[in-house]
Amino acid sequence: MDFWRRFASNRGGVIGLVLLVIIVAVAATAPLLFPNNPWKMVSRPFLPPFENMKFILGTDTVGRDVAAGLAHGARVSLLVGLVSTVAALLIGIPMGALAGYFGGRVDDALMRITEFFQTVPSFALAIVIVAIFQPSVVSITLAIGIVSWPPVARLVRGEVMSLRKREYVEAAILQGLSAPSIILRQVLPNAISPIIVMASLMVASAILLESSLSFLGLGDPNLMSWGYMIGAARTVIRQAWWLSFFPGVAIVLTVLALNLIGESLNDALNPRLSRRRS
Amino acid sequence: MEPTLKIEHLTIDLPEGADRPHAIRDVSLALYPGRTLCIVGESGSGKSMSANAVMGLLPKGVTVGSGHILFEGRDITHLTEEQFQDLRGAGIGMIFQEPMTALNPLMKIGAQIAEVFEAHGRLTPPERAARALDLLREVGIPDPERAQFAYPFQLSGGQRQRVVIAMALALEPKVLIADEPTTALDVTTQAQILRLIKDLQVKHGMAVMFVTHDFGVVSEIADDVAVIELGELVEQGPASKVLVNPDHPYTRRLLDAIPKVEFHETPAKEVPLLRVRDLVKEFRTGDRVVRASDHVSIDLMRGETLGIVGESGSGKSTLGRAIVQLIKPDSGTIEMDGQDISRLRGAALKAHRKKIQMIFQDPYASLNPRARIGRILTEGPMAHGKSRAEAYARARELLVLVGLKDSAMDRFPHEFSGGQRQRIGIARALALDPEIIVADEAVSALDVSVQAQVLDLLEDLKTRLGLTMIFVTHDLRVAGKICDRIAVMQHGKIVEIGAAEQVFRHPREEYTRNLLDAAPGLELQ
Repeated sequence: MDFWRRFASNRGGVIGLVLLVIIVAVAATAPLLFPNNPWKMVSRPFLPPFENMKFILGTDTVGRDVAAGLAHGARVSLLVGLVSTVAALLIGIPMGALAGYFGGRVDDALMRITEFFQTVPSFALAIVIVAIFQPSVVSITLAIGIVSWPPVARLVRGEVMSLRKREYVEAAILQGLSAPSIILRQVLPNAISPIIVMASLMVASAILLESSLSFLGLGDPNLMSWGYMIGAARTVIRQAWWLSFFPGVAIVLTVLALNLIGESLNDALNPRLSRRRS
Repeated sequence: MEPTLKIEHLTIDLPEGADRPHAIRDVSLALYPGRTLCIVGESGSGKSMSANAVMGLLPKGVTVGSGHILFEGRDITHLTEEQFQDLRGAGIGMIFQEPMTALNPLMKIGAQIAEVFEAHGRLTPPERAARALDLLREVGIPDPERAQFAYPFQLSGGQRQRVVIAMALALEPKVLIADEPTTALDVTTQAQILRLIKDLQVKHGMAVMFVTHDFGVVSEIADDVAVIELGELVEQGPASKVLVNPDHPYTRRLLDAIPKVEFHETPAKEVPLLRVRDLVKEFRTGDRVVRASDHVSIDLMRGETLGIVGESGSGKSTLGRAIVQLIKPDSGTIEMDGQDISRLRGAALKAHRKKIQMIFQDPYASLNPRARIGRILTEGPMAHGKSRAEAYARARELLVLVGLKDSAMDRFPHEFSGGQRQRIGIARALALDPEIIVADEAVSALDVSVQAQVLDLLEDLKTRLGLTMIFVTHDLRVAGKICDRIAVMQHGKIVEIGAAEQVFRHPREEYTRNLLDAAPGLELQ
């Protein structure tokens, strides 16, 4: 419970965690709270918020419930954020671990590939990938995963390079353990803390990427998402501020929560670093 | 005579959750002009804390609980940061353990010394530069006119420590505090620095507080000795009394634990187990080539303990690591059982690995922090085809053999002390039933009392299991205690090799003689 105590010592992290739990709860219970399809027209268009308590956040340009859109959009945002991060980790960790452990030509080859992805602006690449494969949850998640793994590979490579020189790794080599088992059992478990911290921040940037794609109309046409809501409302932003305001707040809060958690995880998992900073 | 610095009943509190409530408790000390007080203790004893308290450099959360520190009669216990800044350098100077990190790497050393005057608003800029040059000359930096424009990385460790001393002396303080100033240095450099401190002390009539863990250093430099055990001052008095006829059992135990060079009559071992021939290994950084191993040839006889001693950069570790196959030599052969093991690859290399195992230097870095002891001890044997049950049974035996309980199996490395961890490291090396064990500075990171226990253990294991050992160390006392034969290395070459007694009593080479002369507190029995 030492870990929890250190995590909780950063108040921002606790706030972030509470926020995230609320968001996850809303996303999980969206079908119960708003059993209607969020695309369904339920009332007159442009109903301002807090006028009709049945549609507390008002309705959009064609009379759809904004609150229902937010709740269902949370599912998409969190799902895409989480799955694309997992995808990025699945590409980045092996690349970084192999490059860092073997060094030399393996490192050169893998890092050139990584740099290729880093030199292409990630958002542009994501747009291209989504456009080629037709916008759908799968293609969006994949696109975000593909553009966000290079930093993971870089981080893991650095960690592995320094861990590789530790005496316990040398001891494992002398004991005759194979390279894969040394990487998996000796090196990676000791590199996990910075990876966790980075992953929590990556979920946040993946949510931003997904919103940006949806804003540009490259979202999954069958799923309500925050980015789509803002994008659809941008032409009427002067008449109906609430249409872009509430989804915007939702994105800000989610990203903020994840960043706070990431920061706090960093303190809790790397206590030496954070103490030095204070 | 009035003491320059007086510590009265000082208690320093540690933050809650530390392993004990006080770093030091009720400690009283006095420093007199022209005398050196050595504060001796093992790691964690609180000896450095007392030095830091005098300088107002206690870490966050650590506070002075009670007691007083008097400097020339003035109470400096609770000065403000500004008042401490005036005192530091001007009244009390300090030198640190690690001369590289004590200097700003991006600043020329002349400017760094001049900065001391600037910080205290003394002298004009040209005078500062002139004084800096004088100081460099005084501390014996070669070619000071050029050296003042050098960066720290261009100097050797000993030269850097001289620069740090020059900075500490710049304002002619009354008290000099030295916190393990020679621990990071080679023995010959250490001897020079100790002599320098002594000379400067006589010249300036300073009081010196010398914090160290090494009784060899104490016997070289101390006028008075204070022994600290777990924050308690257990004994204090003149060096001639404390070192020869200590009252407290802890002091006696520490003194007894200092490795004494003993020569034992051992029948000469004639059967070579391992032959190294013309081993060459070069390391390149940029266009600088360092030949860490320069045509080294050496035989290791079955059943002997061969010591490889030398200063840092002599190539002794490179030789050890080449023998265990952690590095590939550029040329030359390492022969064992009639085959050149440095050419082995793949499965043949893996099969060979179990014959030569290594004990590492750092007990904190050599065990995977996220693996239980049971896993650490069984991974190797299981990779070589032992069944899980067999490997675990053997691991339990090994733990008992190295003096631990077999309940250690389910615990993590951080639950053990440094000495216990080193025992686990030894058990791991033994798990594969090797024929040769290479110990690379295996006891250098340990406190002297723990060091003695681990050395005894190694000696015991050697006779019981009939091991052949290579003992790489910089510490001649340790080498003399445990080794049958000793090879002295310098600049990647073996300069002298022979039976331990011969090397210690009748060294053939000038370099060996210098090493022996410089070794602090070396006693031959």
